[in-house]
Amino acid sequence: MKKIAALLLATVLMFSLSVVAFAESSPLTETELQAKYKELAGTSINVYNWGEYISDGSEGVMNVNEEFEKLTGIKVNYTTYDTNEAMYTKLKSGGAAYDIVIPSDYMIERLLDEGYLQKINFDNIPNYKNIMDEYKGLYYDPTDEYSVPYNVGMVGVIYNKTMVKGNPTSWSLMWDKEYKGQVLQFNNPRDGFATAMFMMGIDVNTHDEAEWQKAYRMLIEQKGVVQSYVSDEIFNKMESGAAAISAYYAGDYLLMKDNNPDLEFFYPEEGTNIFVDAICIPKSSQNKEAAELYINFLLSEEVALANAEYLYYATPNKAVLENEDYSLKDNQILYPDKENMPKVQYYHNLDQETLSLMTSLWSELKIEGTSNTAVYIKLGVTAGIALAVIIYTTIKKKKREKLYDV
Amino acid sequence: MQKKTLSAKLLASPHIVWSALFIIAPLIMVAYYSFTNADGNFTLENIKALSDYKEVFLNSIWYGIVATIICLVIAYPTAYFIARSKARVQSTMIMLVMLPMWTSLLVRTYSIMSLIENTGIINTFLEKIGLEPLQMINTSGAVILGMVYDFLPFMILPIYSVLTKLDNRLVEAAHDLGANKITVLTKVILPLSRSGILSGITMVFVPSVSTFYISQKLGGGNFALIGEIIEGQFVTSNNFNLGAALSLVLMVLILICMAIMNHFSGDEEESGGGLMP
Repeated sequence: MKKIAALLLATVLMFSLSVVAFAESSPLTETELQAKYKELAGTSINVYNWGEYISDGSEGVMNVNEEFEKLTGIKVNYTTYDTNEAMYTKLKSGGAAYDIVIPSDYMIERLLDEGYLQKINFDNIPNYKNIMDEYKGLYYDPTDEYSVPYNVGMVGVIYNKTMVKGNPTSWSLMWDKEYKGQVLQFNNPRDGFATAMFMMGIDVNTHDEAEWQKAYRMLIEQKGVVQSYVSDEIFNKMESGAAAISAYYAGDYLLMKDNNPDLEFFYPEEGTNIFVDAICIPKSSQNKEAAELYINFLLSEEVALANAEYLYYATPNKAVLENEDYSLKDNQILYPDKENMPKVQYYHNLDQETLSLMTSLWSELKIEGTSNTAVYIKLGVTAGIALAVIIYTTIKKKKREKLYDV
Repeated sequence: MQKKTLSAKLLASPHIVWSALFIIAPLIMVAYYSFTNADGNFTLENIKALSDYKEVFLNSIWYGIVATIICLVIAYPTAYFIARSKARVQSTMIMLVMLPMWTSLLVRTYSIMSLIENTGIINTFLEKIGLEPLQMINTSGAVILGMVYDFLPFMILPIYSVLTKLDNRLVEAAHDLGANKITVLTKVILPLSRSGILSGITMVFVPSVSTFYISQKLGGGNFALIGEIIEGQFVTSNNFNLGAALSLVLMVLILICMAIMNHFSGDEEESGGGLMP
């Protein structure tokens, strides 16, 4: 109870300030918010978020969804997904109505293009003032009407300093034959291709087939060095020292570093991917106002701080960054200084043709090297044996039938 | 066959509705997507594109066959042993067989990973006692191991259920007539448990051929099986049409394999207990 009282007090303070600052628009005041909570108490919202992407109450941290339920009386039905694409497929199939989704930038662009999102009423989100200006007006939502930034991340290269010599700075580390069998590559085509494209200086958003083919040949060349293509099992493999080099998200590197201090990290000099995951409200939402109150709650200083501490991703929330208690505020990996800031590039939504090309090239990459003739021989022999047995049994059966006939 | 009464029809209706909704309707959708393009017009492009993947199909089937055979070799003696033990021992043993199925496939695959990883439990142990570490993960053997481990209970259970119902007097009669142990096994017990073996084979072969999770995690993504390709078409490239065509062909191939397998069942001696008719 104390926690909530403190939270309320803090929000009251912030609102009294914000009312002065944003006199022209009319965000809800604290009393109006309370009235909204009363009005919507007893309803529920369906939240669809990435797995492990919210402070969930484990190890004594704040349980965001529970706190929201306590504060407002609105029930949160919380489900998760692993990839943007899985989320997209689910939304598209229309099987479930979600009130909140948190896709990445390029996926928001696609969802907007295809008309799956609706405009957010920012009057219900007074805490939007906490969002830093540099994360407003981004390419996927230039007018800031459909999305609210949740987390920011960048991709970099992780290596184990006991196994890798020197201070590498380039993507080419992932192609280094010296570390054959110790390199992990992404097991999703978009990020996998991007490693090659950044290294070769190809635009990761190109629609030019020849460029994708070039990157594909680069990946084929890499295949001999790669130990395996991974997603979340990377944590095990890097922490245990089973692999020496991999590309992954900066926030996750910090988590791994907690368990294995030998791990080092760099942003490749050729440039890398930056992404913003932002909160959106799908058109199918049944309880839009409650969803907006939920967004407001996520943006409040205390909740955003709990999330930032728990998730290790960079936050776009300036109230958190200015908070003295935020332990990662000076972290050079999450918040590099201007001079250390890598060259970064957002992914954009690819058209269907390029998507298909990318996927089929990726499949070819995986198939490449499985010897073609061997499997024909093996299956042929098996089929031969099966055939022989069938013939043998049929002959035997016929003979037996004859025996009975006599 | 006598005519079905009204009550029989009523009793069957939940299952009919269920099948229509969740089996027939999805199948029709798969077929529909296979022969249309993104705009919904009829096309054979998806089917033509399949030739790029013929080696993957064959490879998947090969992995399925190997996993199934290994499962069978392990499962039959196990099931036989369980079926011959005392009733109390039986229930304990069957519980032990089922026990791994209480945790999800995901967790089980992960635990195999941490066992056979290069720095995993087995290799750490080998190094401790002064032996060379073995490369186990990211090999085709690891993928097969994963399949066998995950699907073995599906082989043991149907064989066990057939063997427990086996009439022991037949075995005794065979012994009385002078058959030795091996003859009894090959001429009496094996033929009588054929239906269990066949349903076991189906239940192992089908998920092995279509798995994508096991090959991704244990094969390190180096062994593209068809399940993974299909997943990619649906999830990444959002090409439902090609994905559906791949699934359709996979279904047809599996049906062909099952038909061949059914040939072994013969049409006499139906001892029940299995899932195959």
